Amino acid sequence: MTALGTDAGTAELAVRCSGLVKRYGDVLAVNGLDLEVRRGECFGLLGPNGAGKTTTIEILEGLVAHDAGDVEVLGSRWGSGDRRLRERLGIQLQETQLHEKLTVFETLRLFRSFYRRGRAIDDVLAVVELTSKAHSRVGALSGGQRQRLAVGCALVGAPDLLFLDEPTTGLDPQSRRQLWSLLERYRADGGTILLTTHYMDEAQTLCDRVAVVDQGRVIALGTPRELIASLGAANVVAFAVEDGPGDLSRAELEALPGVHGVSIEDGLTQLIASEVHVTVPALLRMVAERRGRLSQLSTHGATLEDVFVRLTGRHLRDV
Amino acid sequence: MSDRAALPALAELTRTRVLEVFREPEALFWMFVFPILMAVALGIAFPSRTSDLAIVGLVEGPGAARIARLLRASPEIDLRSFEPGQADRALRRADVQLVIEAGEPPVYRYDPARPESRLARRLVDDVLQRGAGRRDVWTVREQTVTSAGSRYVDWLIPGLLGMTIMSTGLWGVGFTIVQARGRRLLKRLTATPMRRGEYLLAHALARLFFLVFEGGVLLLLARLLFDVPMHGSVLLIIAFAVLGALSFSALGLLVASRARTIEAVSGMLNLVMLPMWILSGVFFASSNFPAVLQPFIQALPLTALNDALRAVMLEGAGIREVGREALLLAGWFLTCFAAALRLFRWL
Repeated sequence: MTALGTDAGTAELAVRCSGLVKRYGDVLAVNGLDLEVRRGECFGLLGPNGAGKTTTIEILEGLVAHDAGDVEVLGSRWGSGDRRLRERLGIQLQETQLHEKLTVFETLRLFRSFYRRGRAIDDVLAVVELTSKAHSRVGALSGGQRQRLAVGCALVGAPDLLFLDEPTTGLDPQSRRQLWSLLERYRADGGTILLTTHYMDEAQTLCDRVAVVDQGRVIALGTPRELIASLGAANVVAFAVEDGPGDLSRAELEALPGVHGVSIEDGLTQLIASEVHVTVPALLRMVAERRGRLSQLSTHGATLEDVFVRLTGRHLRDV
Repeated sequence: MSDRAALPALAELTRTRVLEVFREPEALFWMFVFPILMAVALGIAFPSRTSDLAIVGLVEGPGAARIARLLRASPEIDLRSFEPGQADRALRRADVQLVIEAGEPPVYRYDPARPESRLARRLVDDVLQRGAGRRDVWTVREQTVTSAGSRYVDWLIPGLLGMTIMSTGLWGVGFTIVQARGRRLLKRLTATPMRRGEYLLAHALARLFFLVFEGGVLLLLARLLFDVPMHGSVLLIIAFAVLGALSFSALGLLVASRARTIEAVSGMLNLVMLPMWILSGVFFASSNFPAVLQPFIQALPLTALNDALRAVMLEGAGIREVGREALLLAGWFLTCFAAALRLFRWL
């Protein structure tokens, strides 16, 4: 399929969507979302649950119809020649339960049969580190193994573009790192990845660029480094003061040396600070002068989570 | 043939279906063991030589001894004695077909709605009338014939085969589809270049594979245990079994085309199957139902399948005689498959 009117710029794009809108009844799941994913990059949609990430990725995957906007995937639009497009996509959905009674090998063989071209099954088994489990039933796999199998099913057609929806949700740290390293290998071989996640560390580790999504739209876009830099400083000082005298006003806090931003949430105050060793003593002095008592004090390097808090006043994993 | 390489998608999908069933012991039970148990149970309940004896209860009392003597002399009557008050209970429970109270004349108590009771009344009355001195005007000459395939079990086996084809087709397909939908497996498959029609067709093909066992075992057992005849062509029986399996698989697809939960599809499958269990002549002939229902009954796929299987097995019918049934089943298959393909909810 040839897309009319493509210029040199869009030819480099794996995914392009603009003004995307999706309604479920009265709920606006996606509210005018724009997105461009370049070939060869790993792009992350970062946002809390219910931000519209899954709806967005499933529209891009051609599984959900959108109400308005324009979607182009690998230079094609959904609606004609879909099978040809699907040959080039690898998709992992949230919460798919594969056949419990089949073995890992049989599952991959089934998925392989849907693609005209693709990878050898033994090859995929090795990539997703399931060679030793090839003849185990899917029902007997651990969570991490199942998730790697799900990714294996997405890789078996040797896709140009990989869609992953919350690939490591619910996995233990070791399984997450295992999955990340296999995705990095896919990327190193020239593949493009679009993933959704609500883990800032996942986005920070894997993604070249991140779109922060909230309430169905992109509220910030850039490399993880750029997004963190947009906070104005690289550190966060978080503290809480016990009830009673010693309340500190936002203006007073902003006036502390080295502070670039203040956010207050559920009694926990976060100061975005360029120099922790200057800000913390000043803060302690101020609290002592008010005869207040600190119940919590911690500092960390700024993360995408802090970017999200700064942008929305909420945490990524708010329930 | 190496297992390392994938077959074409349709073959691979069918193989997946077959493997899944083989690894599901419950499914195997309902598919293979249940129909055989049913055939054996019914074969025993209605033995090939049904006990021709009329089972008659006699209430103790004056004059009963004379009646007992007369009836015991008859080879066709099984006489049982009851205390007064006990006999009616036995009649209600169908332990006896007729109750006699001695007297001049004796009283017969029975339910005329039961054919065997009406028969018992005639037998008993004959014996008692003769014993009381009635002279028969003539003695008839009798010629008895035994027509093969006229026993209940002969009639039953084709119906059981039809019923098995129906229930495994509907359940096997309907249940699996809804389960796959609930687990979002359908959605995952839709995200691949898989042809959707092939996925649906694979279910029907897997049914055909199992049909060989289901039908084969049932017919073989019927032959060995009950000596059920096969007057027509085995090929024609196979052709109808295949046609039936395709029709009911397609109907199962249609029933399952939109349901999201196992509960919902179970209810719908039962709703679809129940009328056919009752009306389509599995356990008793569909001609028992009033004429006004007949056009509906004749249009049901199980009626067509059972009628065709019976005609071929018991009457040796050829393709011409069962052409109408074949067309009807093919019509059901095409209509249901086309409708299922159109209505099917993949996500």
